Amino acid sequence: MTDTVAQSTVANAKAPPDTMAWDSGLRRLMMIYLPLGCFVLILLFPFYWMAITSFKPNAELMNYRDNNPFWISSPTLAHIKHLLFNTAYPQWLKTTMLVAIGSTTLSLIASTLAAYAIERLRFRGSPYVGLGIYLAYLVPPSILFIPLATVVVQFGLFDSPLALILVYPTFLVPFCTWLLIGYFKSIPYELEECALVDGATRLQILRRITLPLAVPGLISAGIFSFTLSWNEFIYALAFIQSGANKTVPVAILTELVTGDVYQWGALMAGSLLGSLPVAIFYSLFVDYYVSSLTGAVKE
Amino acid sequence: MSVTTLSSHALAQRQPNWIVRLFDYKPFLIAMCLAPALGLLAVFLTYPLGLGIWLAFTDTTIGRRGIYVGLENFQYLLTDPLWWNAVFYSVFYTAVATFGKFALGFWLALLLNNHFPFKSLLRAIVLLPWIVPTVLSALAFWWIYDPQFSIISYLLVDVLHWRSSNIDFLGSPWPARFSLIAANIWRGIPFVAISLLAGLQTISPSLYEAAMLDGASAWQRFRYITFPMMMPILAIVMTFSIIFTFTDFQLVYAITRGGPVNSTHLLATLAFQRGIAGGELGEGAAIAVSMIPFLVFATLFSYFGLARRKWQQGEAND
Repeated sequence: MTDTVAQSTVANAKAPPDTMAWDSGLRRLMMIYLPLGCFVLILLFPFYWMAITSFKPNAELMNYRDNNPFWISSPTLAHIKHLLFNTAYPQWLKTTMLVAIGSTTLSLIASTLAAYAIERLRFRGSPYVGLGIYLAYLVPPSILFIPLATVVVQFGLFDSPLALILVYPTFLVPFCTWLLIGYFKSIPYELEECALVDGATRLQILRRITLPLAVPGLISAGIFSFTLSWNEFIYALAFIQSGANKTVPVAILTELVTGDVYQWGALMAGSLLGSLPVAIFYSLFVDYYVSSLTGAVKE
Repeated sequence: MSVTTLSSHALAQRQPNWIVRLFDYKPFLIAMCLAPALGLLAVFLTYPLGLGIWLAFTDTTIGRRGIYVGLENFQYLLTDPLWWNAVFYSVFYTAVATFGKFALGFWLALLLNNHFPFKSLLRAIVLLPWIVPTVLSALAFWWIYDPQFSIISYLLVDVLHWRSSNIDFLGSPWPARFSLIAANIWRGIPFVAISLLAGLQTISPSLYEAAMLDGASAWQRFRYITFPMMMPILAIVMTFSIIFTFTDFQLVYAITRGGPVNSTHLLATLAFQRGIAGGELGEGAAIAVSMIPFLVFATLFSYFGLARRKWQQGEAND
């Protein structure tokens, strides 16, 4: 035992000079910063291109000979103005927001209760229920959208945002439940036992003790659900027909792409505006995103 | 357990309200808690899954209830060159894109695992392609792949003078196929990189120290420590990635809609074209159901091929 301790201290003492010798300046530059720079450049370029296209006047957009395509010489708001005043874009934004908030609320409530029952109320077979919910996450929407379309028609919800609010939880609930089971696990059970001894009911415990402690988990699950339902495409494409009820991703693709000459300025402006809400949301809660993404994978 | 009964008993004496008592009765509470989640999943996931399999054996169209036709839909698909085309491209797309995503994503994760300034900012930036709606970034790719005003063609022709004519990205089958794969890899790298980075951070540095003490080179440290330790998380991330790449819909629908001459149809886009746009619900459902065997096979392959080697976690140090 003492031997191993001694060895590891020797290793610790030896490691820093060794790594330092290897990570000398130029080598570090070539092996780390250069590839990283390329990655960031490629990953961000489409967004830069999207942004710069949406502020370019049409003349510059179609003429690379006289203008440097990587820059704008006379920026214009014409595309955004066209989008906001000549199309139903504000309406689409409103619908998307409604659907995202509605389905997020619904799936948060459903999955909080489910996760609490599975992790804290512990009944026979609770691990299997958890596994079943997890397996639901592995069923891709591409397999479900055709039968779901007939189900939606049967319920008389075709062409209504309510259909999306009810259908999105199918992929949100499994994810949120697993995330929240992980969070509930990290809350000491002794706290609940104390409350039980003090005579609190189960629901009081959930509301007064477990939920306040699980707030970070709830935020993670909430922003993740919001993003996923904002980005959803195939269900929104299949279930919504009238222009006014479309969500932003579907509407841009089906309503703005018209004729043979694509209005790239307006298309890119629409994409930019449609990405902004999630991007802003994301920038506010980056750490929650990373933790929920990695937490869900590790579970 | 004794604590539970005792406290609920004490409570019942103090608060004789039957609603409160009902909500403290455990089986009832469990049922109430599970009802919303399981109800939603049963109505909008399990039932449609079964209905989809049933529809695949009928000749349902939009507006007409179909009758059972047995395997007719599948027999028709087997003779349909478009379906074979979509099967080929789905498999090809999944294989190439998954390979690209994991090679580049693993590399990016290893890069991000180093220490350098603004690390968390960089990690936030890297995740951006995954956060933004796929269709909207796909539109940006569509514009980047424009036959006339593509910025890549501009770079290669007018700036670098490597080519004399513009690249026709989406006009002919093979370039279109690879353009879509490139867009899919671009979108998939962040998820793979960030998930694998989380795995990398759980590997104890003492393993590397021990290996360096034994004189292991950087490649050997990667090959014999990093890679085996990452296997379990690689298996999970790869299973997810394969399932969602194989059933991808948005990218192809937004950029090519299956064209040129149906060469870039994935099974999902073909199912949409036949089932929803064409109204042949039965046939579309059959195409969607034909994805299931591939998915099961791919899941089993990636999961058992990579994850079941328990020796990597337990007895790695002898």
